Amino acid sequence: MKRRPSGGLLDRDRALRFSWDGRTLSGFAGDTLASALLGNNVSTVGRSVAQGRPRGVMSAGLEEAHAFAQIGEGGATEPLVRSTGVELYEGLVARSLSIRGVLSPETDSGRFEKRYAHADVMVVGGGPTGIAAALAAGLQGARVVIADEGPELGGALLRDRYLIDGRPAAEWVRAAGLMLAGLPEVRVLPRTTAFAALDQNGIVLAERVSQHLPIADRSGLADRRLWRVRAKQVILATGALERPLVFPDNDRPGIMLASAARAYLHRFALTPERIVVFATNDDAYRTVFDLHDAGVVIAAVLDARDEATGGLPRKARQAGFEIETGAVVTGTIGDQDGVLQAVRVARLAGGGERLVPCDLLAVSGGWDPNLNLHQQRRGATRWDDRLATFLPGAAVPMQTIVGAANGRYGLNDCLVGGREAGLAAAAALGFAGTVVPAPSAGDEAEGEHASVWHITAPDGDESRSFIDLHRDVTVAGVTRALGAGVRHVEHVKRYTLIGTGVEQGRSAKVNAGRAVAGGIGLDFAQVGVSSGRPPAEPVPFALLAARSRGALFEPVRTTPIHPAHVALGAVFEDAGQWKRARYYPRPGEGMSEAVVRECLAVRNGVALMDASTLGKIDVQGPDSAKFLDRLYTNRIGTLKPGRARYGLMCRLDGVVFDDGVVMRLEPNRFFVTTTTGNAGPVMEWMEQHLQTEWPDLRVWLTSVTEQWATVPLVGPRAREVLAPLVVGMDLSKEAFPFMAVKDGVVAGLPARVARVSFSGELAFEVSVAWDQGLALWDALLDAGSAYAITPYGTEALDVLRTEKGYIIVGQDTDATTTPADAGLEWMIAQDKDFLGKRSLERPAMQRTDRKGLVGILPDDPGVVVPEGCHLVADPNEATPMTILGHITSSFVSPSIRRSFGLAMVTGGRARVGQRLYAPMMNGAPAVTIVDPVFYDPKGARRDG
Amino acid sequence: MLLIRCPWCGEREETEFRYGGQAHIATPRSDVDDASWARFLFHRDNPAGPFAERWVHIHGCRRWFHIVRDTLTHDITRSYLPSESPEDAG
Repeated sequence: MKRRPSGGLLDRDRALRFSWDGRTLSGFAGDTLASALLGNNVSTVGRSVAQGRPRGVMSAGLEEAHAFAQIGEGGATEPLVRSTGVELYEGLVARSLSIRGVLSPETDSGRFEKRYAHADVMVVGGGPTGIAAALAAGLQGARVVIADEGPELGGALLRDRYLIDGRPAAEWVRAAGLMLAGLPEVRVLPRTTAFAALDQNGIVLAERVSQHLPIADRSGLADRRLWRVRAKQVILATGALERPLVFPDNDRPGIMLASAARAYLHRFALTPERIVVFATNDDAYRTVFDLHDAGVVIAAVLDARDEATGGLPRKARQAGFEIETGAVVTGTIGDQDGVLQAVRVARLAGGGERLVPCDLLAVSGGWDPNLNLHQQRRGATRWDDRLATFLPGAAVPMQTIVGAANGRYGLNDCLVGGREAGLAAAAALGFAGTVVPAPSAGDEAEGEHASVWHITAPDGDESRSFIDLHRDVTVAGVTRALGAGVRHVEHVKRYTLIGTGVEQGRSAKVNAGRAVAGGIGLDFAQVGVSSGRPPAEPVPFALLAARSRGALFEPVRTTPIHPAHVALGAVFEDAGQWKRARYYPRPGEGMSEAVVRECLAVRNGVALMDASTLGKIDVQGPDSAKFLDRLYTNRIGTLKPGRARYGLMCRLDGVVFDDGVVMRLEPNRFFVTTTTGNAGPVMEWMEQHLQTEWPDLRVWLTSVTEQWATVPLVGPRAREVLAPLVVGMDLSKEAFPFMAVKDGVVAGLPARVARVSFSGELAFEVSVAWDQGLALWDALLDAGSAYAITPYGTEALDVLRTEKGYIIVGQDTDATTTPADAGLEWMIAQDKDFLGKRSLERPAMQRTDRKGLVGILPDDPGVVVPEGCHLVADPNEATPMTILGHITSSFVSPSIRRSFGLAMVTGGRARVGQRLYAPMMNGAPAVTIVDPVFYDPKGARRDG
Repeated sequence: MLLIRCPWCGEREETEFRYGGQAHIATPRSDVDDASWARFLFHRDNPAGPFAERWVHIHGCRRWFHIVRDTLTHDITRSYLPSESPEDAG
């Protein structure tokens, strides 16, 4: 196409240079990448995905199925962008694509934001309908959000020569835009596409904030912004999209939609030399008038209808255009590059062909209301014979679908319908403000639309008649799908990939449905089209994530002692959101050496760890004991103040849920600990039962996880280290026995000290206020320096507790493990009810062949069999082998100086003494089943 | 994404809530037979239409409440306290 010396919505004073496949080209401010390419006589802008055929620009909007480009460089590259939606800027770098984009291996350097908004009325679409609606509702005083995908309001008015109130439509658009801008409760969002319609009128929008600016001017601005709008009323003014026609070689560069030819003239001042217009409806005649007036030779006007009696065809005849009714394009001829040179024309009824030379073929297969958002809310559609398309059925509650989206294509209908919808939406919300008179435009009487969609190939070869230009699917492809037995349009879609491309099949859906209907001899109205689902527009994941990336993706929780761990060179592991010190390597140490050293310090000297991440819940109230007795499998009510007890909880189905220590501080006050990972779930479990099952209980819960910092001081020398730090607290085993709790002062800090142990050694668990945790840690380290006090991490703790046969819920247990399976049958109180108890009486929970906790000793003491390995009786059994269980914990024990572990095996301890095998890719190490307590089975060490 | 009315806090985004399954399931006495207990544990209604269900405003007031939601349309017609029955909620 050629650029005219004047005209269009371009700023001719601002020439812009851009790069296309490495060539430097020039366009104007106001161009899209597509129009700039056409203006540089680049007619082939890419290759088709499957057949590699040359492709040009077929539209001027987001229905574009050919003209894709890769935009930008490095981490800011955007793959597979429609050139018709890219505003040209100085320095734009673009490359052509064969429909497949390339993701950058670099981190996306784009900046994305997210905003939330509430609207009384959300208007989707900024064409004449949407503007009229937003203005009517806004003047009533409603809070309005109006979004349009284009850089400015106007929609179809930007590409056509309409009059409103006797003046050029652009003047009305400008005046309306000024009025909207003057209403404080109205927000106009250009460059913004609504891509999802959610329940209760949630509309999700993607705004291009700075992507139209030269890169140097973008600093400080987001690339894109995600809007989540909740609207009381939604007005869908999403317009209609022109549909291509299907005929042999209908995909050449030089073939475009009839409305697009007008857009390239009126917006971008681009014209061909000779045009053939191929119409099935009246609107395409605007292309005839407009391009003729611009000096383009009208080589032929073909109308597939037997007669064209509407207002526009009549005017065309009066103006002297020769209209060939009942005539169609039966094929196209290209030059050596495949670019359109001429079309073959014949009567629809048959007969001879003639060649008509041209450099542009403008086609119009009719118009389809853009119903994607309506369909996302399961809005109904109905077939309309006169317009030969699907129209919306009843609107979704609290929504209105209006204008061209409702099949009312006349401008006056759009203006009136939009205004009425805006007034009605505002009135429904109780607004009663200014009402301005409706603008008016003279609509032409419109003739019926032809239901022609496909011109059969004269030679019978349908493999060049494209239905989905993006996915390269032809009529032959649909026939093949039907031949394979596929019938439903949704299945044909998936078999052929029709409508699965970037433009979501906007231009292909209806023709695909018709191909299916024709192929299986059904009425199209019954076959229908594939459904619309979110997103209606492709949205980068990075936009959905917005700022929730990297360090902002998820909160990181650290304890008050964290700086000390860092200073000690700790290696951390994640426990949910918490960072926990896993081990503290000294120079030259790997994990295994560090863990051995830390374990031996616990067993033979004194050590300390940071247990502040344990979940902690303060339970108060006169019914606290009764409440906890219902939650825990063991008896809590008999606990005396100042004493602690290990507690176990089950889910309703009898599966182990969590364990921890319950301390009774006062008759009506308990302090409960949970595992680090279950702090939230246990609190919620307790709250749920208090609120929904036992609202009569007088119990109050407070999460105090982050109020108490906790440091267990562990090992045979622990008492000696702690003694000088306490005032008036007798630490002797008689005065401070195992499972006792005392409040006092440690290192000058108010503290709670408990004699609980997860390692089997003498231990004092010291808790202080959260912000004094570091002071406590430092004081204990200082006091222990003479005893070579050693910080130990979670890895050593894991070895120590496994040596004692103590389980970790979720590691040694899974969603099938009962207390008895875990060897904790002694924790089940027989004389009370608790959550899960009735389930434990079910026959399946009492079978003797259930998996039970055992210990394992590998035959080779140097081999640590990986956790998760299956255990079998016969390693040579053919697969599938009979699996008896699996290994749940597996380590090297510094105390017994060999590898060991825990496992869950069918029959549990009945298998003690048996030898099982752990088959792996290479070999099947043998293990002996043993009792799960490997160290100090009599518990002789806990008092030091 | 649902917009859910918490009886205490008003309408909030679904992301503030957690689902709690079918409402008005009474815990049977512990002396029921195994089949009845299994039905209580594992069986729930799955209607295509109005459904009374429990939600908790977990990232808000942390209170449990009930709503009646149409499983076909996601229309929420009622929101009420656990102490109320679906019939007497307005």
